[in-house]
Amino acid sequence: MHHPDDTTSSSTLDNGRRRAVSAFAQADAAFLREAWAKLGGSREILPLRGPENGLVMVRGRAGGGGAPFNLGEASVTRASVRLDGAMVGHAMVLGRDGDRATFAAAFDALWQVEAEREGVESRVVAVIETALAEVDRERRSETEATRVDFFTMMRGED
Amino acid sequence: MYVAVKGGEAAIANAHRLLADRRRGDRAVPALTLVQIAGQLALAVDRVMAEGSLYDPELAAMAVRQSRGDLIEAIFLIRAYRTTLPRFAASRPIDTGAMLIERRISATYKDLPGGLLLGPTFDYTHRLIEPEMAEDGAVPAPASRQPADDGPAPRVTDILGDEALIEGDGADDGGEPADLTRSPLAFPASRDLRLQALARGDEGFLLGLGYSTQRGYGRTHPFVGEIRIGEVEVEVDLPEFGFAVTIGRVRVTECQMVSQFTGSKDVPPKFTRGYGLVFGQLERKAMAMSLVDRALRADEFDEERRAPAQDEEFVLAHSDNVQATGFVEHLKLPHYVDFQAELGLLRTMRGDANEDRNQASKIGESEPSALDRGDGSVGE
Repeated sequence: MHHPDDTTSSSTLDNGRRRAVSAFAQADAAFLREAWAKLGGSREILPLRGPENGLVMVRGRAGGGGAPFNLGEASVTRASVRLDGAMVGHAMVLGRDGDRATFAAAFDALWQVEAEREGVESRVVAVIETALAEVDRERRSETEATRVDFFTMMRGED
Repeated sequence: MYVAVKGGEAAIANAHRLLADRRRGDRAVPALTLVQIAGQLALAVDRVMAEGSLYDPELAAMAVRQSRGDLIEAIFLIRAYRTTLPRFAASRPIDTGAMLIERRISATYKDLPGGLLLGPTFDYTHRLIEPEMAEDGAVPAPASRQPADDGPAPRVTDILGDEALIEGDGADDGGEPADLTRSPLAFPASRDLRLQALARGDEGFLLGLGYSTQRGYGRTHPFVGEIRIGEVEVEVDLPEFGFAVTIGRVRVTECQMVSQFTGSKDVPPKFTRGYGLVFGQLERKAMAMSLVDRALRADEFDEERRAPAQDEEFVLAHSDNVQATGFVEHLKLPHYVDFQAELGLLRTMRGDANEDRNQASKIGESEPSALDRGDGSVGE
């Protein structure tokens, strides 16, 4: 949704964080753990909440664009952490992997540390986005090969 | 008088131990892994997620394994599991128009913007068992082609809708949708409640009902406007962030069923629609759901409700296979006391009848038949 004040730096910041958090949520735990070993340094991850398993009710819309209805639930894990008594980070991810949620929350916190943002963006967010785009591109290409190319056959005279 | 009977603990324990043994089967054969089930029996897993009403492929694979492939049993396990968890939030409605499409077909338009993509389909196969299925031969990698363009693939109903030849999606009044997991079904049911029930309803039951509408039990003359399968992002507004974040993606199947016209003196005739949306790749279920959704909208179009598929109380009260199996299967549990009561009643009735007949036979001097002499001593 576009608001007139979307250009303020706080909403730019929100958009950046939103993109980053969405990327963390779609990375696997092994990648996040490895990246944390490189970027988190000696920072300790202090759990504030969770990781805990729960549900999100996934909604659809009647007809695709009409009134919302409850399609069914999905299992999720959420976590909130604090880094060395400083930044607080949050995460909610699909599935039941507590590590994934914890590291995603830790990276959300690290992203908020201004001095670290650049590194997290280039070495984590961008890497995840590139990997997702690559998987999507491959799937699109495989689907594309099943495209129906219709041609018309003339029957009879003119 | 009610007499409680105890016993069977050892039998039950050993039966469950035997079940575990039979489930595992021949120990010389490697056990199935969850990755194998989720990867190679993906459509069974999808069905368990859809009707279990919980998206979690790994958990659904565990349920399939635990239930020895009995999918309704697996669905039951998933439903039981979800009751143990808190619900953190509801998502924003998913946007199927922004789907990463893996299959998209239309039976009404061959020149659909975005085109027709067959994807991994059983359609056009010969339905002959392939000898290769007995072996683990090499499978070639899928063909690949540079996508024509990254242009949007609008939902077919949005295209037709532009010409006002088809009814729209209806308005979003901003209210909270009904939730049958929180409050019991009540009738008349709103369309959001019906769609929720249908999305988790039994595929076989809905398939039969959908089929019945095609055969004349209900008024639909449907065309598949569009079926699309693929992944959509799940976005949740979380107060800790103050904005919506993507928490991951789910695969869904959507079916837009276009049905015959409706109109009035004031409104020109339009196509009407039924809608199907389910977790996973479940085309048959989405199609059946859309047929039944349309049939259940009879009142909206002043159609007479005469067929079972148009009767929302009949459909919604019987579409849930966990409820259905619970009530049907409970019949095999001990009913000794109930049955004793029925036996007693039956003996009384027969005793009364015998007495009447004895009275009559005394008058007629005839013997009672062997059946009439039955004194119900069996089972005492």
